[in-house]
Parts: sequence; structure tokens; C-alpha cells
Amino acid sequence: MYEQISKNKRKTFLILASFVALVAVVAIAFNFLLGFGIVGVVIAVVIAAGMAFFSYFYSDRVALAASRAKPADPTEYQRYHNLVEGLCIAAGLPKPRLYIVDDPAPNAFATGRNPKHAAVAVTTGLLDIMNRVELEGVLAHELSHVKNYDMLVGTVAVTAVGAIALLADLGLRFLWFGGGRDDDDNRGGAGAILGILALVLLVLAPLIAQVMQFAMSRKRELLADASGVQLTRYPPGLISALEKLKGDQAVVHHATRATAQLWIESPLDREPATEGEKKRTWLNRAFDTHPPLDERIRILKEM
Amino acid sequence: MIIGIIVGVIVLLLALWFFFSYNGLVRTRNRIDNAWSQIDVQLRRRYDLIPNLVETVKGYAAHERETLEAVTQARANAINAQGPAAQGQAENVLSGALKSLFAVSEAYPDLKANQNFLNLQEELTSTEDRVAYARQFYNDSVLNYNNKIQSLPTNILAGMFNFEKREYFEAEPEATGPVKVQF
Repeated sequence: MYEQISKNKRKTFLILASFVALVAVVAIAFNFLLGFGIVGVVIAVVIAAGMAFFSYFYSDRVALAASRAKPADPTEYQRYHNLVEGLCIAAGLPKPRLYIVDDPAPNAFATGRNPKHAAVAVTTGLLDIMNRVELEGVLAHELSHVKNYDMLVGTVAVTAVGAIALLADLGLRFLWFGGGRDDDDNRGGAGAILGILALVLLVLAPLIAQVMQFAMSRKRELLADASGVQLTRYPPGLISALEKLKGDQAVVHHATRATAQLWIESPLDREPATEGEKKRTWLNRAFDTHPPLDERIRILKEM
Repeated sequence: MIIGIIVGVIVLLLALWFFFSYNGLVRTRNRIDNAWSQIDVQLRRRYDLIPNLVETVKGYAAHERETLEAVTQARANAINAQGPAAQGQAENVLSGALKSLFAVSEAYPDLKANQNFLNLQEELTSTEDRVAYARQFYNDSVLNYNNKIQSLPTNILAGMFNFEKREYFEAEPEATGPVKVQF
């Protein structure tokens, strides 16, 4: 359990560091091809950061509105409130606002920029299907997202991806319209090769950044599983819940691509890996926000 | 001149480390005390729910007097218990009495259908969970604190300012044995 947690935290750190490195490399490539200097990089980062942090501050309202969540009444949803209160004591967290989504598909999400401004939502479908320990496992996973500041981590990642995409886009546009260095020193073989490399990098960078962002999202999901179990000290609860989710193919109606990574199970239509002969290639799986349920169950069983 | 600046920076960094580490130790220690009183809060909450439960059951199962009295007596003992050991023991007796009460109420379908009874049952179950979680949080806080005061380099500070190792909350030996349910 503790090893899982440190392993995932280390991987997150590595991925974040690679993000920074990627931004730096793209900036250098940009600079090399266009000679705009540091100004271009700063502008791109500022724009991306501005957009990302604006959305970060209103993330909870946006996510709740997008999924048509309603506040959960304490008397009607006594068990839901009680379970969350117990887990908050175990985690040392303030109790988040609780919401309910009227949807037969079982799912849950957590959002909010820090534990003081957090919100958790579950679907009516989830409450119907899960028993007490399973529901507790799911809620522990969601609270772990809050505790681990996953909204913040996700926002930093999105900022980096945005900055890279902006730089790459701007760089390519300017090149196309005939911009470029007039530097005589770089004429010749070496300069041309580096130029081509820089160009390839600008084209591929946004794609690489997206893949990295999805990789980090998957690691944070595994971290939330492990942290959740650290709260309940009862892996079978979450294992049983995930197995029930595996059996249920229903998909949430009001989910969007943008909020996909907040849910406990990917809310988007996907080819299930076990259907027929169709195996999902590495490239296919690289764009998943959530690790496959089988993998999550296997890791939990080993704890 | 350069030497002066370098020394100055080193001193500044040391001072910063000192402040942050010391404050960190104080915060962690205070969290332990907070966690301990949290356990008490949850136990009180449990005591407060019980009279209501006894009254509700009495309305439907009046001739289960012995079981009801056992619960009331156990509750009184737990409230008056002094010191962690005695309190732990009294708590176990109370848990056993409550289990007997719920087992007995299985024989009364009217009682089981009573919404008030169901709510109280749910509340008591979650309160027991809360007590367990409060104890878990206390132990986690102690672990965190003990790790800090024993690790380099913070243990130097801990030694200087008498930050002492704290004890875990241990379950009573009776708690790990089978619970008797008496009808």
C-alpha cells in the first residue's frame, strides 16, 4: 500500500519534470527556428497558464453543472453523508459538499481546487448497485483525489500541454509565412539538420504532451486507489466495487471529454478490451484517462 | 567579500530550515492531541444516540427488559470509566450489549420496519465506524510524528527541544477475541 503510493508519487513527479523539459526543448526549438527569443515563450506560458488557472478556480462549478449534479439532502442520503464524514475523520480533511447525479450508470467524481473547496458527486445508479463497504471504497478513492490535490496536478499538466501546443502552433505558422533567422552563422549542413529536427519536434510535441498528460492521469488514478485503501484499510471493498463496475457497461449521459478524468470509471464510450478478438493496441490505450479496470483490480489484490 | 556573502547565504538557509522544521514538529505534535480528543467526541456521540435507541426498542419489545437494561448499564459504565484502559474495556462491553440488542430486534418485524429504528441503527453503525477512523487517524498522526522526530536531520532539533516519542492507541486484548452475543 505504502509502496504503491510512493511509486505513483515518484512517477507523477517524473512526468511533471518531463513536461517542464518538453516545454524547455520546444522553446529552444522555437527560438532556434525563429529567433524570437524568450518573449515568445513567456507569452505562450502566460496565456496557457491564464486559461488553465481560470478554469481551475471554477472547476468545481463547471464540473457540477456539466453533469447536472444536485446537492444531496442529508436526511434522504443518510448513508452517503455518514460514510463521507467517517472517511474525512480518517483523512483529516474537512467535509466536502456532497452532490447526487440522477443517472442509472454507476459512477462518481470529485472536484475542487483544494480540500476546503471540494465537492464529491455520485450517481443514483452507484447508490443502487453498491453495498456499504463498496460505496465506502469508491468514496475513499474520490476523497483521495481531493487529498492529493489532483485537480491542481491536472491543471499544471493541462497548462504545460497548452503552452506546448501554443508554441508549436505559433512556431509552425510563422515558419510557413516566411519568418526565420537571418543568421549567416547557421547556414550549412549542421544548421539545416538542426532546423529539420526542430521542425519535427514542433509538429510532434503537442501529441507527445497529450500522451504524457494521459499517462499522468492514469498514474493519479492508481494513486487514488492506493490512497483510498490507506483510508479504509480494506482493499476488498474497492475491489468488489470495481468488479461490479466492470460488469456494468452503462455510460453516464451528461459526461464530456473535458471532465472525463474526474470520474472513477471512464464515462466515455470505449471498446471493452475483452470483447471478441479485438485487442487494443498500445497507441489506443495511450489515450485513456483511466487505467483498465482489470489492472486496477490486480494491483489492489496484491496489497 | 565573496566569502562573506556565501557565509551569509548559508546562515540564512540554516535559519530557514530551523524555522520550518521546528514549526513542522509543533504542528505535527498538536495534530496528535487534536486527534486524541476527536476520539472522545465520537464516543460521546455514540453515548448520546443510545437512550433514543433504547426508548424506540422498548416501544415494540418491552419484555426484552434484560437486554435493554444491559445496554443502559453498559452505557453508564462507559461514561464513568476513568483512564484509557478502563474506558476501552467498558467500550467493549457496550459494543457487546448493543450487538445483543440488535440481534434480539431481529425477532420483531414491526420494530425492524420502524423508520426511526432503522435510522438509529444506521447512525450507530456509522458512529462506530467514526470511532474506529478517529483511532486510526490518531495512530497515523503518531506514526508521522515519530518518523519525523527520529529521522535525520530533524532528530537533532527534536532532541534539542524535547520532542518526545508518542504512544499508539492499542486495542484491548478482549477486543481481539470473539464477542459474546447473548439472547
